[in-house]
Amino acid sequence: MTSDKKPPPLVLVVDDVDHGREIFAEYLEFRGFRVATAADGLEAIEKAHELLPDIILMDLSLPGIDGWEATRRLKQDPSTSAIPIIALTAHALASAHDRARDVGCNAVVTKPCLPKDLEQEVRRQLAAARPAEGPAQP
Amino acid sequence: MGSVAHLDVLPVPRGGGSIGAKAKLSLVDALLAEHEVRPCALLALRWLARHTGIERALCLAVDPESGRLAGLTGLGVPPAAVDAFSLDLADRAHPLVVSLSGGEPVAFHDSGQTVPRPFETPLGHSSFHAVPLGSSQHLQQELGPGLLLLTGAGDGPVTEDVLWAAELLGTRLAALGYRRIQADERRHKRERSLLLAVIHAVTDPILLTDADGRILIANAGAETLLTAGEEKREGWRRAVALNNMLFSASHFTAESGPTRRELLLVDPSEGKELLFEVLSTPVAIRAGENGIVSVLRNVTDLRRATEEIEENYRRLRLAEAATRAERDRLDLILNSVLEPILVTDPAGNIVRMNPPAERMFTFPGRRNSEVERRVQANDAVFTSFVSNLYAGQSLRWRGELNLLDPRTGATIPVEAISGRVVSKHGEETAVVTILHDLTEAMEKALLYEQVKRHSEELREKVREATAELAEQNELLRRQAFQLEQASALKSQFLANVSHELRTPLNAIMGYTHLMLEGVSGAISAAQQDKLARVDANARHLLSVINDLLDITRIESGKMPVQVERIRLPELIDEVMTEVEPVIAGTRLAVTRSLPEELPDIETDRQKVKQIVLNLLSNALKFTPEGSVAIRLDHHGPAGEISIAVSDTGIGIAEENQKTIFEAFEQADSSYARRQGGTGLGLTICRRLASLLDGRIALASRLGEGSTFTLFLPANSRPA
Repeated sequence: MTSDKKPPPLVLVVDDVDHGREIFAEYLEFRGFRVATAADGLEAIEKAHELLPDIILMDLSLPGIDGWEATRRLKQDPSTSAIPIIALTAHALASAHDRARDVGCNAVVTKPCLPKDLEQEVRRQLAAARPAEGPAQP
Repeated sequence: MGSVAHLDVLPVPRGGGSIGAKAKLSLVDALLAEHEVRPCALLALRWLARHTGIERALCLAVDPESGRLAGLTGLGVPPAAVDAFSLDLADRAHPLVVSLSGGEPVAFHDSGQTVPRPFETPLGHSSFHAVPLGSSQHLQQELGPGLLLLTGAGDGPVTEDVLWAAELLGTRLAALGYRRIQADERRHKRERSLLLAVIHAVTDPILLTDADGRILIANAGAETLLTAGEEKREGWRRAVALNNMLFSASHFTAESGPTRRELLLVDPSEGKELLFEVLSTPVAIRAGENGIVSVLRNVTDLRRATEEIEENYRRLRLAEAATRAERDRLDLILNSVLEPILVTDPAGNIVRMNPPAERMFTFPGRRNSEVERRVQANDAVFTSFVSNLYAGQSLRWRGELNLLDPRTGATIPVEAISGRVVSKHGEETAVVTILHDLTEAMEKALLYEQVKRHSEELREKVREATAELAEQNELLRRQAFQLEQASALKSQFLANVSHELRTPLNAIMGYTHLMLEGVSGAISAAQQDKLARVDANARHLLSVINDLLDITRIESGKMPVQVERIRLPELIDEVMTEVEPVIAGTRLAVTRSLPEELPDIETDRQKVKQIVLNLLSNALKFTPEGSVAIRLDHHGPAGEISIAVSDTGIGIAEENQKTIFEAFEQADSSYARRQGGTGLGLTICRRLASLLDGRIALASRLGEGSTFTLFLPANSRPA
């Protein structure tokens, strides 16, 4: 196996709130993931095209292009559509979660969320997405 | 009567006697035994007929009073002819008178030579002998007592026997004084015939009947009704027979005094019925025997006249009764009318009134009273009104009068309608006036006005009320809209609050977690302990926020219900697994019991689980020691499923058992806070149960424990 040589998965954390990005970014890096961040929807789309991360943690309430719209665009673009996106939101209403799933989010996690719970969900999504990655899989 | 004959008169040669003494003695004895003139004569004639050759005989006697020779009796001669024979003795030339006084028998022959003049005898054409009666001594003195005219002796001489018998009879007749008797008899006969003539002359039928009803004497009128010869026609005879029957049937013997009765008979000649008044009087007809004289008076015409009079009288009575009935009916009609009716004659006098009119126009009380004054006033008003009618030409007149109530003096407005009654001949006979009381009508009109006014007011009020109601409705609608908006805003606000609370809470919990995980480097035990408290409080805050959000969603109807078939034992297992760490932290004995057969139910799994979890968490929280039990039951085939959670905890006071389901209510808030409750759990449970068509019941006693039971429909399929 060459899994040890392969670089750890790249996680794109999108959140307009600084501490929202910082907590998860810090904890995931601490847990061995590579982490990139974006502060709004437009930046998230640019970073996703530029970096092609293994997974995206998408806050939904964002200035400008919000999380739902950004997800929709990323899922419609063939170059990014395969990247798993976990919606990470402070919205607790089912309607907000349903909309997130409708635009293509693979999972929805409600804030507040303990960092270790989030890590579990990230690993679950990466495991689910791996067979679909095909040539990317070592 | 006798026939005309031409006779020769010849002396009779006397012949010798041949009859024995015994036969002669028998004649003498018989004549002596007889004391009546006629029977004596008849005896002698019969003796002659028997003992000599004579065939017929006639005995003539001299009536000195009338101076005539008359028939006494006869043999072989009709009695009527005997009675009819009469010869004037003054006619001295008459052969019979000559022979009477000659003292010798004379023969009258039918030779026709020596007849001085023709005469008649009852013996007819035959030759006969005339033999004077009595002794020759007698005959010397005067005319003899009579003559025997005998025929059939032939041409032979009159025998000594004949002469002997003639002398004996003459002697006997003389002895009996036959002349006087004969005269009496003749007078009686005349009187009788006179009486009969009188009776017959009476036109009314008169009858004499014996005790048995047999007719003894009947005059012509009676004979017409009661007798009929063979010559009468059949109908006549039958009518007579019927009359006899009717008369006999009505016949009776009156002992004394006349009686009067009516009898219906038939006129035999015309067949009409005749009514007779029969006056019957008893009379003595013989010694010891009574008869009845009945006089029949024809009262047929009288009866008819009487009947006609009676009929006319009856018709008159009927007409009278009809008139009276008509009048009574008119009275009845007039009296039944409630409104006053007055009839006035052409002179203006009131001639008829019905009772209502009488109350207005008559005064029963004392004179000069107030009542009388009012009645007079009414009368004046009425008379003035009626005079209007007479002044004009119209047949009807209509007007309004003000009359006074005689008793109270109150003014009564009336409408008066008068009409002229004109006879067939155009003659004015009366004026009829009807008074119609307008008081009620006026009151009604007044009342109607009031009702109308009130109705208008009411309508106005209703209109105003309606307008107000519409305004209120509009206001309510606006308020409802605003409430809806407010509710939506509230929901939105709560959602926003939740979002804005979660974001910092995420930071608090996240950083605490990073520090506790040692991401930011090692921390001391004291720091770790304090960070754990931050974490616990952050978690509590999170559960409050979650509960608030749940309530908001339920109240705004935005809580989705997702029905699926679930198995309750599995669901209980899940719940137990989730609370396992909590149970492990207590010394409580937690048990559960399930019925042998429990059907699957269709409901929202997540919500049932949330409720049971909540109830069980509460039981664990509020039970310091003892036990907690979960019990499932199935109530009947179409019944309910119940999930009961019982504890031996602090219990809930009765006064708090109702409010415990209200938001932010807890039996002991300090204890609850210590146990980390939000105070919203039971509120949410109850509302979720309602969403699932179920309910939650509570049984509790303070200090002894509580049992919360969730009831769900066995086949729940919430709308």
